[in-house]
Amino acid sequence: MSNAAQQFLEAAGTITRNLRHRGLIQTALRKYEVARDRKKSAFNDWSSARQSAAETKWDAINHLDTYLTEFTSKIEARGTKVHWCPTGPEARDTIRGIIRDAKAKCVVKSKAMTAEEIHLNEALEKDGFEVVESDLGEYIVQLRKEPPYHIVFPAMHLTRDEISDLFERELGSAPTREPEELTMIARRALRRKYIQADVGITGANFAIAETGMVSITENEGNARLTAALPRVMITLLGIEKVLPKMEDLALFLPLLATAGAGQTVTGYNTLYGGPRQPGESDGPVEWHVVLLDNRRTELLADPEQRDALHCIRCGACLNVCPIFRNVGGHTYGTTYSGPVGSVITPHLRGLQDWKHLSNASSLCGACTEACPVKIDLHHHLLQNRRNAVGETPSWIERLAWRAHAFAVNTPALYQFGQEVARIVEPLRQRLQGTPLDPVKTWTSTRDLPPVAPESFKEWWRNRR
Amino acid sequence: MNAQERILARIREALTVPAPMPGSHGHGHDQGRVEVPAPVFAFQGRPVHVARAWLPPGGTTPEEQLTRFSAASAELKTDFRCVASEAEAHQQLRGIADSEGWKRVASHHSALTDAATTALGRPTLFTDGGYVPDDLEACEAGITTCDVLVAQTGSLVVNSRTSGGRALSVLPPHHVVLARRDQLVCDLTAAFQRLEELHGRNWPSMISLVTGPSRTGDIERILVLGAHGPKKLTVLMW
Amino acid sequence: MNVTLFIPCFVDTCFPQVGMHMVRILERLGHRVTCPEAIACCGQPAFNSGYWDEARQVAGKTLHHLRDAEAVVIASGSCGAMLKVFYPQLYAGRPEEAAAQRLSEHTWEFSDFLVSKLGVTDLGARFPAKVTFHDGCHGLRELGIKSGPRKLLEKVRDLELVEMSDAETCCGFGGTFAAKFPMISTAMGEVKCASAADTGAEYMVSNDSSCLMHLQGLLSRQGKPLKTLHLAQILDSQ
Repeated sequence: MSNAAQQFLEAAGTITRNLRHRGLIQTALRKYEVARDRKKSAFNDWSSARQSAAETKWDAINHLDTYLTEFTSKIEARGTKVHWCPTGPEARDTIRGIIRDAKAKCVVKSKAMTAEEIHLNEALEKDGFEVVESDLGEYIVQLRKEPPYHIVFPAMHLTRDEISDLFERELGSAPTREPEELTMIARRALRRKYIQADVGITGANFAIAETGMVSITENEGNARLTAALPRVMITLLGIEKVLPKMEDLALFLPLLATAGAGQTVTGYNTLYGGPRQPGESDGPVEWHVVLLDNRRTELLADPEQRDALHCIRCGACLNVCPIFRNVGGHTYGTTYSGPVGSVITPHLRGLQDWKHLSNASSLCGACTEACPVKIDLHHHLLQNRRNAVGETPSWIERLAWRAHAFAVNTPALYQFGQEVARIVEPLRQRLQGTPLDPVKTWTSTRDLPPVAPESFKEWWRNRR
Repeated sequence: MNAQERILARIREALTVPAPMPGSHGHGHDQGRVEVPAPVFAFQGRPVHVARAWLPPGGTTPEEQLTRFSAASAELKTDFRCVASEAEAHQQLRGIADSEGWKRVASHHSALTDAATTALGRPTLFTDGGYVPDDLEACEAGITTCDVLVAQTGSLVVNSRTSGGRALSVLPPHHVVLARRDQLVCDLTAAFQRLEELHGRNWPSMISLVTGPSRTGDIERILVLGAHGPKKLTVLMW
Repeated sequence: MNVTLFIPCFVDTCFPQVGMHMVRILERLGHRVTCPEAIACCGQPAFNSGYWDEARQVAGKTLHHLRDAEAVVIASGSCGAMLKVFYPQLYAGRPEEAAAQRLSEHTWEFSDFLVSKLGVTDLGARFPAKVTFHDGCHGLRELGIKSGPRKLLEKVRDLELVEMSDAETCCGFGGTFAAKFPMISTAMGEVKCASAADTGAEYMVSNDSSCLMHLQGLLSRQGKPLKTLHLAQILDSQ
């Protein structure tokens, strides 16, 4: 078992017994469900909208070279520098170089999961730069020195009291139970940062090939400010973010907001097509777009799971996943958690180390049903399981499944097994609760149904 | 080979094996359309308007659109006021300025904003041609025009060239938008078409679809307005 | 009609009464029921564990015995999904592909067979109790079964059907998942049981005995009064 798998099991064991966590997450996500259902019902046809989005992303991903080339030439024509980075370390070094060249001290950042993916903050802090997360949720988890709990709701695992304590400790603010007051404390603390910062770093939700623009979705206005005031702007995004046309946003913005947060569209959806242009009064004088591969091309090379690159990071699959709702975001130990994280992490970080996430699923399919771009998520989990076995089978398991096949395929043996189970049942019951219980993974929390005195097949034979 | 060529080569290599079209999996009740129209891909002729019919509707007549914009604004907590004339809009603006005690406002030069700031008669920072961020931060309101308003979503679009830059509409705590009735369109598709007509040959560096005042739900999923951007958004339309 | 009833291994061993009720119901409707004794398992456990070669060793036998059946009725949504959805995948590009496809088209989950194939909803049953229905995930999402079981329950005399808030949320069984990740499986089951208990129902009913085995195990261990029943047990009550 990999270290990651061991850590997952331990963390899951602890957190699933934490009823406070369970209650907090269930309550938050029920609120989300109500809002999402209301906004879904405002669509004339949600199901067809999803299908259309899936087709559009299929087009984008299956012509990725064409669209990326188009995007790059269009955006560079307006004075933007595009950096293509095959790996995380290369992207990190590129960004460090840009910041050093800008002679920056303070960097303000708006939410970017790709930055989490390449561990950008740690690298920049090691270089001695001050890095401030500006999204409220990200700011909170940054102060707590922990990774985001959820790709859309980074601090959903915390109560207002915990946040108040945190602000009191880190910012010296007076304790309060009012979310509004807590938000204003962060607003005041971050205002100065936007004005002081020399460099702003953002992520992006979409890259529009046709016009050479990136689109950033947010609610707070922090990305708007990050892209307005600092002298240098850096945008980091994965190569899969491409959409062919600007008008595609007319579909994708409502789809993302509805599935992700239960909103018609989010507060700010902003297209950036270059640094400050002649005749404009503000905005960065330099803009760098960093395109990240980081093994996305390996996922692209798997036609069976290529549609996982359609993901628009809305978080809908996390929100509906009963596993996520019980183990929470941190248990996964990955940048991308929940069903989509379980699907793509083995491709991005190695199948053998991360296959346990594909096994830790009841394959209920709620994720696939919720996905606004119709990624076949739960079937990809099955494929990951098959691929992991195909790559390095466990001979003990293989032998066990062969024995199982032999037993169920041989009626006499199968019946004999039932007889044995019937005979040892009283003994098994006596062992229940002891370390010798052969089925203790089941019986530690659940009763086991007894073997019936007469099986169906015996009844059927006797009846005729 | 440079990094761009390396990544493009990997992409082309990966794409030599085709992937199945979407919609070919699953057997459940939520299957969407069974017959997928055969789209022609890669720019040429893909039916981009196809999805429009499935999205939330924006209203067919101007009256319906106005009703929808108004309802969406109410839900978003945008203060939307549709008035009879420019003079009445100015009167409303003075009323807001008085009740909130604005000392200094920020704006940009345009026919609508020049008339409004003159009518308002308060010290005004014009962002055209540059400004000091601290000065803008000290203003109580940012008054701007917009390119287009969207009935479907209750949104409006500002840009970095003709709406006073990137920060004017987001740094001051109150954003006031001056708009004409004929700037309201049905839906996002129509809005993108309007933007294309306005800027298609020379895009501003930033185009922002603004939907309500700044908001967050990051603390216990409870809605709070004014996370980083404006706490208030007022739309005056005539 | 000649109905071939496939009783999966765990129903055969632990819940034989579910199969018996199905036989009685189908015979009462005038169908000739056969149960091939040579087959015991659909192969899903090995399939879900990633051991597709070993799954084919089991599935091959089942496929062979059922290949010419007029209608295969299966006593579990999960095993039904294996035959209907996953056999064609398991045999894609293999000589048995056509047979797997044929079997898929002739296989029905029990409640779906009654409602969709036979068009029967009233079986003349009477069951004076308040019940809530749990949608097994494979039945719901792989096979698209949602309204059928409810139509059947609505026709049962003196039965009151109440919906729980999380009817479509997974109970946490998930086959080998329940044994490999018992802590997560248990937490999911507890959420489900709480949701069902909140309705005030006396019985949680499902068309999948595998979910019920897990849920009843939890309820019994925790000494909860709520009981589980398979749909067929209710439909054969007088």
